[in-house]
Amino acid sequence: MNYEPVIGLEVHVELNTKSKMFCRCSADYFGKEPNTHTCPVCLGLPGALPYINKAAIEDCIKIGLALNCTVSERSSFERKNYFYPDLPKGYQISQYRWPLCVGGRLQVTGDRGQDVTIRINRAHQEEDTGKLTHSEGVTLIDFNRSGVPLVEIVTEPDFTDTAQVRDYAKKLQQLFRYLGVSNADMERGDMRLEANVSVRPVGQKELPNYRVELKNINSFRFMVAAIEHEIKRQIAALEKGEKLSQETRGWNEDKKSTFLQRSKEEAHDYRYFPEPDLPELKVDRLQVTVDSIKKSMPELPWDKSKRFVEELKLTEAQAKMLSETKELANFFEEAVKAGNQQEVNAITVANYIINQKVDIKTVKPSEVIEKIKSKSAGLISDARELEKLAQEAIEENPQMVEAYKKGKVTVIQAMIGSVMKKTGGKVNPNKIREILEEKLR
Amino acid sequence: MNDITTLTLTETIEAIKQKKFSEEELNKAYLKKIAIINPKINSFLKIQKNSRGIPAAIKDAILTKGIKTTAGSKILSNFVPPYNATVIDKLLEQNISVIGKTNCDEFAMGGSGENSAFRPTKNPWDLNKVTGGSSSGSAAAIAADLSVFSLGSDTGGSIRQPASLCGVVGLKPTYGRVSRYGLIPMASSLDQIGPITKSVEDAALVLDWISGADSLDANCKDAKFSFTPSRWEPKLNGLKVGIPKEYFGEGLDPKVKAVIEEAIKKLEELEAEIVEISLPHSQYALAAYYIIVPSEVSSNMGRFDGIRFGLGRENLGQEVKRRIMLGTFALSSGYYDDYYAKAAKVRTLVKQDFEKAFDPLAGGVDVIVGPVSPTTAWNLGEKIDDPLKMYLSDIYTISANLAGIPGISLPCGFSPSTSSGQARLPVGLQILGKQWDEETILRVGFAYEQATKWHLQEPELVSRVESQESRQKGNKTGF
Repeated sequence: MNYEPVIGLEVHVELNTKSKMFCRCSADYFGKEPNTHTCPVCLGLPGALPYINKAAIEDCIKIGLALNCTVSERSSFERKNYFYPDLPKGYQISQYRWPLCVGGRLQVTGDRGQDVTIRINRAHQEEDTGKLTHSEGVTLIDFNRSGVPLVEIVTEPDFTDTAQVRDYAKKLQQLFRYLGVSNADMERGDMRLEANVSVRPVGQKELPNYRVELKNINSFRFMVAAIEHEIKRQIAALEKGEKLSQETRGWNEDKKSTFLQRSKEEAHDYRYFPEPDLPELKVDRLQVTVDSIKKSMPELPWDKSKRFVEELKLTEAQAKMLSETKELANFFEEAVKAGNQQEVNAITVANYIINQKVDIKTVKPSEVIEKIKSKSAGLISDARELEKLAQEAIEENPQMVEAYKKGKVTVIQAMIGSVMKKTGGKVNPNKIREILEEKLR
Repeated sequence: MNDITTLTLTETIEAIKQKKFSEEELNKAYLKKIAIINPKINSFLKIQKNSRGIPAAIKDAILTKGIKTTAGSKILSNFVPPYNATVIDKLLEQNISVIGKTNCDEFAMGGSGENSAFRPTKNPWDLNKVTGGSSSGSAAAIAADLSVFSLGSDTGGSIRQPASLCGVVGLKPTYGRVSRYGLIPMASSLDQIGPITKSVEDAALVLDWISGADSLDANCKDAKFSFTPSRWEPKLNGLKVGIPKEYFGEGLDPKVKAVIEEAIKKLEELEAEIVEISLPHSQYALAAYYIIVPSEVSSNMGRFDGIRFGLGRENLGQEVKRRIMLGTFALSSGYYDDYYAKAAKVRTLVKQDFEKAFDPLAGGVDVIVGPVSPTTAWNLGEKIDDPLKMYLSDIYTISANLAGIPGISLPCGFSPSTSSGQARLPVGLQILGKQWDEETILRVGFAYEQATKWHLQEPELVSRVESQESRQKGNKTGF
């Protein structure tokens, strides 16, 4: 029998707001002295109460809007009750029945290059836990991370191959960075993936009656490997006539295989109920409207990429590359603007930036155009080569150098002339002058 | 002249202003009385020896920075809070000092004071009787004049019921009127801090001090109560008083009933219009309450794991464990809809009962009046092994918490004691008001109090100490 995978993803992203989700402690915990960013609220002391950080709510709405979700006019926080030493209150404040953003979608590309629409069930707001460190028989708890805002984005089980999963995760990471809501660094745990994986016979419409949750996997690569392995494991089991059940599994990178973490019997009953310490969340009570949040959002990467293709006639591959980060896209657009005035077209600019691997941190967009111009005039534009020519001119004309240093600065014209002569006029005299002056200083 | 500890809060402030005595003398007088009477009634778990400020007794479920706060539980017997509850900060601004932390049922779970993990509080009117609870020590301390006023917390009657059983004034404000930040919660959606005082006026003044917005409690509204007694009149001038028939049925002690009926007559004499009303869902309130409360308790108690503060869970008492288990069950997957969700619906119906009764467009009443407790104080140990019987003593008070409305209990007479040799036990009158309308219930309470003066009655235990005092001092006490 042929089987097809059924995969759903849950993505947690830690927001980079100034303060925590339900108190005023700094949310910037990375690398800080343990337990210095804490207060009665995030330590779960008796009598402490949560208070909603509106900046986090705005970020969650941004994410929801970018994923084409509907923003619920009214939503509620609920308590997810379970015991773990890193969870000081004994419950996590989360959303369950009434999430903030519901019903979105995102287009991804599959393993055969096909477009697949992934439905987003929800994007909801919650809080992070503290961090445990185990060493030599003791466990230490750092509550600096306790209460840092998290947004959880849950898809419907719409993925059918791991290329889609990878593309989806990459797109979300890109989105979070574009929106500026998170650094979305997997290694630091800013962004965490969980996958629900099951398989069904090709042609079956209903969802399988089990699913395996893959958890605690901290890289895209490992997640893809774990899902691939899990699909093979499940198909093999079903072919042997085994019955699969609900369970949680982890990834062992050394053995390249998944392993059982928690079976169905050990599953938590989180006893969700409405958080009595917080009022209902009414979006119209925020200081800003959903419309103004929408307006404040940057152009999304996939919209930018589409525009680059349609308006600037780039290839899809070029457009995708140049919209990779907001900074690169902005650099490119600046350069295109500068190019317009000097009759350098967008495609030339795109090709130059991609082929020359232009470092946008050190080069200015206008310099890209200058270089393109010199190149098209057949001039030598390579910085190292120009440098070499200038050095040669200095070494070959010691008397001129001496005269220059004594104050006869006009001799520099003769030096430029010697370089022009040597190269057959293929240098920009102003550029050579700059380099010579620099060297003779 | 009376001992200065018999003065009300407003009288005390006035006397200090007029330099009739100093703050130091005031504190000395109270501390002396505490030393004599507290060992008999156990109203304090911890006593703070101050010489400045006006003394207030604080329920031990309310956090006081640097002062051990146990919530009446062994699990917190070593817990010294690093911060003050918002109400404490607000009182400190008013030159109030904490004279002690008062005994209470463990984590406010109980209606008699006997669930305190340390010792039961005893009723100053009869040492064989309970004080009611859970704010047992806060009520007993005021009845015995061991503090000028106290703070309690009321989740299902925990201020009003002990105030009633101890013959003092107890006010549960509208939910959201007073910040809960720093109150160790029992059921977060119902808990509310309020004053226990020697007069209605005092309750209004303390409410003025402790109410108003708090950025640390998201459910606390920007709705400060303003103390304006000058607007209060001795007559009620046609004010409409509703008498819910459901509060006078089976289970109400006939002796208590007689006292309440007498009080209603008095309100009529004060020119109130008395009308019978119905709160049809009252009969389901208790059942809903005992689903919602344990559910929230089961979650709120999760943090008491002994990791960051406090001791291990083996230190929890029976009633606390009972509620944790009931609530854990009620919230379990598969049971949620049958229990918690249904109880939440009943809660809405109870709330609507009150909205209808108070609806001005439908000729609604201004206040609702009835008993606080179906009986007067019962014997220590009488109901402790029968939780259901204990729960029934909250039957007239829990609806106000479910609906979030304010309620006050004030002394309205006495019923003969059942134990031999003791004369009488206090009965409390409950006045319930519209959401955010503490003003009207206080005004009605004030008119009644001025016309009856029940609040000036003192337990024999206390007057005996006072007369001994004045004999020793050759009648030079006081001012």
